[in-house]
Amino acid sequence: MIAEATALSAGSPAPAPDTDAGGQGFVEFVDVEKSYDGRTFAVTRLNLGVARGEFLTLLGPSGSGKTTTLNMLAGFERPTSGVITLEGRSVDRLPPYERNIGMVFQNYALFPHMSVEENVAFPLSVRKITKVDVASRVGRVLDMVRLRQFGDRRPAQLSGGQQQRVALARALVFEPSLVLMDEPLGALDKKLREHMQIEIKQLHTMLGVTIVYVTHDQSEALTMSDRVAVFNNGGIAQLGSPDDLYNTPQSSFVASFIGENNTLEGKVERIFGKECRVALDGGGSVTALAIGVAEGAACHVAIRPERLKLAPASNGANALAAKVDGRIYLGDHQRLLARLENGQVLTVKVGPEATMGDGESVTVSCTPNDCRAFPADAGTGGSISKTGE
Amino acid sequence: MSALEPTKLDRPRASRDWSAADSGTAKSVAAALRRADLGDRLRSLALAAPLLVLLALSFGIPIILLLSRAVYDPTIANALPQTSQALRGWNGTGLPDDAAFLALAADLRSNQAKGTAYELAKSLNARLPGARSQVLKTVRQLEAAERPPLEVMKAVPFWSAPSTWPVIESGTHSVTSFYLLSALDLRWNADGGIERVPPEQAIFVQVFMRTFFVAAAVTLATLILGFPLAYLIASVPKGLAAILIVAVLLPFWTSILVRTAAWTVLLQKFGLVNDLLLWLGVADDRLDLMYSRIGLIIAMTHIQLPFTLLPIYSVMRTIQPSQMKAAYSLGAKPFTAFRRVYLPQVFPGVMAGCLLTFILCLGYYITPALIGGASDQLISNFIASYVNVELNWEMAAALSFILLVFTLALFGIFARILGLDRLKLV
Repeated sequence: MIAEATALSAGSPAPAPDTDAGGQGFVEFVDVEKSYDGRTFAVTRLNLGVARGEFLTLLGPSGSGKTTTLNMLAGFERPTSGVITLEGRSVDRLPPYERNIGMVFQNYALFPHMSVEENVAFPLSVRKITKVDVASRVGRVLDMVRLRQFGDRRPAQLSGGQQQRVALARALVFEPSLVLMDEPLGALDKKLREHMQIEIKQLHTMLGVTIVYVTHDQSEALTMSDRVAVFNNGGIAQLGSPDDLYNTPQSSFVASFIGENNTLEGKVERIFGKECRVALDGGGSVTALAIGVAEGAACHVAIRPERLKLAPASNGANALAAKVDGRIYLGDHQRLLARLENGQVLTVKVGPEATMGDGESVTVSCTPNDCRAFPADAGTGGSISKTGE
Repeated sequence: MSALEPTKLDRPRASRDWSAADSGTAKSVAAALRRADLGDRLRSLALAAPLLVLLALSFGIPIILLLSRAVYDPTIANALPQTSQALRGWNGTGLPDDAAFLALAADLRSNQAKGTAYELAKSLNARLPGARSQVLKTVRQLEAAERPPLEVMKAVPFWSAPSTWPVIESGTHSVTSFYLLSALDLRWNADGGIERVPPEQAIFVQVFMRTFFVAAAVTLATLILGFPLAYLIASVPKGLAAILIVAVLLPFWTSILVRTAAWTVLLQKFGLVNDLLLWLGVADDRLDLMYSRIGLIIAMTHIQLPFTLLPIYSVMRTIQPSQMKAAYSLGAKPFTAFRRVYLPQVFPGVMAGCLLTFILCLGYYITPALIGGASDQLISNFIASYVNVELNWEMAAALSFILLVFTLALFGIFARILGLDRLKLV
């Protein structure tokens, strides 16, 4: 059931800023597989569409196949099987230099022996564009990233953020319709990264260019993307808008990878409709949404810290008795560690004014809608093979 | 409680010290810092001192002493004190007066008495071919004393030849440009100008040209062979790269003499290389690879390959693969990407490798001696011959000096083009 839904959404892109008519994506991966050694697959049965003008993020832990996917799209790797199309045309036999795709690399890959201007002019000069034209376009794009005055500096003389903006300018100056970004902000510190996220997002809106963005940083993916494809073990675990992924994760992996989550371990007692009753390991029970679980099977119940309340249960809600095990002050809010009677610990988001001390008894409650029960064995990789089948 | 007390007592004292420093001149602080720095510098200099002394004693001073012999040769002046005196008033044209002949006769006899006559004869011979036998003959006749010394001198035509006395006169000056000019196939003419020596005596310019040609050919060959190999080593996985590097360095760990000897085995008329060429049908007949220019270049290329390759490899290793990927993604075809992105970045390494090989080739000695033919001897072979066989150290020093000047000039040009800081020798 869930598996089908995931595969479906992967096949036909969700509504995006400028959806192509007829469901045919701007970029399409059809049953793409990639293996380096013939035995294990870096990417398996990948079906993914990207709409024109969309900002799609490939999110996943390292080794999940997201970078391989990007490299196949850029033309640096060839799929072992399957087809990739760009604007309806197969790019199978197209070398990277004929694909007209802009790419931004994690380490910027600026040419150290060229000035900023020469770097940005490079894609134009290899396209045999006249000198006057080159100068004006380089000027325009350097204005866009606010680096006009650094034109004759060498990349080594610029800060990390400035170098990243040069790399952006270089990837945009030849007006590609598709820009790929491979963890472009990975080398920057947190403040600068957040600033650059906004800047990239603004460029995307301004230019209407399609961007496929690779990152392992889930907050970056949520901030910038129209849609996010969560990769795990070489396939897409879930594809959807940021709030889809955050609020309705379809697997234990996505639930724990996107945002913070409490995980309670237990066993499914009984399924009634969309909900199920879960007996927690070590005592106690909760009612949760049943996401692909079977009666009698071990399961993980995922609950967001902000969905937990420190209040007696109102009608139908789950209520768990707990003792305070610690309180972490974070300025605008606090995190309370609540140890349940069965020994499992929940993190509860509480207001900055909360003052309860260690050992104090509290009741933690939440509605069944905020609890999602996933099969326990699907925690890491199992969900992917199911997605395909 | 009591443990805290010392700190309480310390604090006011410390602040008093600081206020004293503040009110005192800032200069004294700066001076103190300088003194501390000086101490550090002296200590590090002291650590390097043994090496510096060793270098000076075993390298700097001997080289300077030897090279100075190219322009400073007091042998003749010391051996002919009376002749020097007698020639002081001579105008340098024609023959000097009889007093000079007599002085020379006296000097020759005193040299014979001191046992230095042979050394003098050799020294004169270096400047005036054929002088040795004439000097020794004259000394014998003077010693026999059958006739008066003047008659003996006049009887030997050599002493009355117009070219003899100017050479003796110039020999009585300790500082001489004779050897340096000879090393460039030049000499002073009778008018006091510099002229080329007659073609049949000219030799060194040709040898220098040959040396530079062989060095350039070997450099080019190592570059053509080494560049793709360096690229391969830089792009394969680390484990394989280590094996390849060892394969490149393995011959490097063998003595140059052994490798040269191995090449003499391979390059012989009935050696492996000729066998292979015949078998492959590349050559119709056995080639003369030994004692030939081509054999010399092959052997030197083999020996020099690591020197060219390693600097190139070390630069290539630092170039990230994403550089070429970026160039491709920006629309550059492979050759354009190579020419505009890769080559400019490895250029300093290429220059360093080529410079290293070129300069080392200028000094090759064993390989040309064993593999090269009579017409393939390089400048080092001549220097060695002057040192070991002819015992003409002045000429050896002059040739070395010219070679050193050429080498330094070349290095200077390279450094100027590229900038010394960009020349990545390691």
